Amino acid sequence: MAERFTKSMARNIYLGGSAFFVLLFLALTFDTQSRAMPERDNRDQITEQVVRGKHVWEENNCIGCHTLMGEGAYFAPELANVFDRRGAGDSEVFKSFMNAWMNAMPTNVPGRRQMPQFNLTDQEIEDLAEFLEWTSKIDDNNWPPNIEG
Amino acid sequence: MRYESQRVAMPYFIFALILFAGQIVFGLVLGLQYVVGDFLFPEIPFNVARMVHTNLLIVWLLFGFMGATYYLVPEEAQTELYSPLLAWILFWVFAVAGTLTILGYLLVDYATLADVTMNKLLPTMGREFLEQPTITKIGIAIVAVGFLFNILMTALKGRKTVVNIVLVTGLVGLAALWLFSFYNPSNLTLDKYFWWFVVHLWVEGVWELIMGAILAYVLIKITGVDREVIEKWLYVIIAMALISGIIGTGHHFFWIGPPEYWLWLGSVFSAIEPLPFFMMVLFAFNMINRRRRNHPNKAAMLWAMGTAVMAFLGAGVWGFLHTLAPVNYYTHGSQITAAHGHMAFYGAYVMIVLTIISYAMPIMRGRPYGNSNTAQVLEMWGFWLMTISMVFITLFLTGAGILQVWLQRIPESGQALSFMATQDNISLFYWMRLVAGCFFLGGLAVYFSSFFIKGQASPAEEVRGPATEDA
Ligand code: HEM
Ligand code: HEM
Ligand SMILES: [Fe+2]
Repeated sequence: MAERFTKSMARNIYLGGSAFFVLLFLALTFDTQSRAMPERDNRDQITEQVVRGKHVWEENNCIGCHTLMGEGAYFAPELANVFDRRGAGDSEVFKSFMNAWMNAMPTNVPGRRQMPQFNLTDQEIEDLAEFLEWTSKIDDNNWPPNIEG
Repeated sequence: MRYESQRVAMPYFIFALILFAGQIVFGLVLGLQYVVGDFLFPEIPFNVARMVHTNLLIVWLLFGFMGATYYLVPEEAQTELYSPLLAWILFWVFAVAGTLTILGYLLVDYATLADVTMNKLLPTMGREFLEQPTITKIGIAIVAVGFLFNILMTALKGRKTVVNIVLVTGLVGLAALWLFSFYNPSNLTLDKYFWWFVVHLWVEGVWELIMGAILAYVLIKITGVDREVIEKWLYVIIAMALISGIIGTGHHFFWIGPPEYWLWLGSVFSAIEPLPFFMMVLFAFNMINRRRRNHPNKAAMLWAMGTAVMAFLGAGVWGFLHTLAPVNYYTHGSQITAAHGHMAFYGAYVMIVLTIISYAMPIMRGRPYGNSNTAQVLEMWGFWLMTISMVFITLFLTGAGILQVWLQRIPESGQALSFMATQDNISLFYWMRLVAGCFFLGGLAVYFSSFFIKGQASPAEEVRGPATEDA
């Protein structure tokens, strides 16, 4: 690098630049969280059941095979829109689908990818269904592109 | 090696390499489960193997970073380490806690593990990469604090070089951002938003400082180029990394709830993120071309060039490939993501740790000019086998990803193939990835074997110019 560009100039760009962008990032985070998100994530509809469902989701490490809003593992289908895919937008239909599904696992089809039997109670399955239904309604800029996720 | 206490780096490096081997074995298990779905089921379901694979990766890289720090901070500061004893204690604490956690994943089912570790009190488990029980997370935080204390006390009492300042800044940032792993609100969108404060701000933020500092240190040592020049480069690189990478976090906010302005911010700033990686390539090659000595440790030089190039390909090129919102809309959470994740982690962080190991390990073993020629040749074979295998893993996953997008994402609902049907259609690519993975393991074995060759390089092999005073 040219001699006129000194080390202390480089250091000042580093310090000034990173300080500026840290502050900008914090300001944007504040705006996102306080102004924009409450509308987009329907947080008023997070019931106790939804909260419990999230814990069931976490304590069985579902994210280790599935994606949720495109994040997670890529071994098994996207589940942020499974309410739309399998429940056709109807809570009761979806709950009975979930109940049947969770209890039917594993399929034991030879060679096919297997989902474990988690031995969840009916209550836990219903909580999960509520959590996934709430998740499906988050405004996520229309992702995924189609129903298959 | 100027200071006896630098030697505590040794157990860190050795343990890191052992975990690396474990990571790759579980990678192969995953790769096989991708095509033979019921392999090892129900003993080791995919999610368990995946946690083991990714957590081993993170933990061994942390061991590598700590080893690198213990090695280079005293030398840069020109003083002994503040407390080698503390470094040893923390080594055992971290090694035992890490091993127990992995055994917990493998031997107990996850819900039980959550239960016995009292996840209910402070629920932090069950999120990608942050699967560790809360007590393990607390353990990591405690180890980090002890480690930083030891390092700060060392750095502050000695010479304050730019390499040390940048490295320590990166490590403090790493530890501080770890605290977000304890924040797990019941609102999923908040959870996801701040999850990226650990994941993205690590690999595309503070870890780049760590990588830059280690690379700069090794280049000073093996090229003998004036420190002033190297330090200037280092500042410019990390400046670009943070200027682009912080707002660049936005490339993860496209589809998880945050408002639309992130589509622009994330796309524009993350599109600049390849720049610091490109500068690392220029940096490494420029310094090596301008070298004032020919260090006999050729293998270390190969790793230093390799890490710069592969980080640029994996993070820079493969990152840019899917970082613009209109593209990411289709590729988000597909095999394209996996392709990029593999090459970026390998190129930037695996290879930088192997670079410092290649440079420092022979010195700690009483071979100041490097290993014997035979050992170096073997090590370089390991380098090429692993690196080329990783290139193929990335290419096959990219092929799988393109087809996945084509079959499953682009067609309208109703026309598109389902996820599972798509996977069946692209299994050939997964088989080829598995084959490339086996070559990777072979490369790792060759690399390991280079450690068992006796003998050392001599100063006479230094072809041009005298050795600088600190060899
Ligand atoms: C033998 C070689 C390897 C094989 C066969 C392999 C296979 C896999 C598989 C199948 C997954 C899970 C993908 C999914 O979630 O569906 C995975 C994840 C991952 N592996 Fe590997 N792996 C190998 C080596 C490595 C290496 C050397 C690294 C690091 C440099 C690495 C880093 C990762 C990371 C970061 C993830 C998470 C990716 C993401 O979330 O996008 N793997 N690996
Ligand atoms: C060494 C640096 C980097 C590493 C280790 C790395 C690693 C990763 C990993 C593991 C993921 C998957 C996360 C998950 O499981 O959800 C990811 C995602 C992503 N990375 Fe990187 N990355 C690096 C740099 C970059 C850069 C420089 C860019 C942009 C130019 C980039 C763009 C992306 C994007 C857009 C995603 C999201 C993919 C999706 O939507 O599924 N990365 N990265
Ligand atoms: Fe990122």
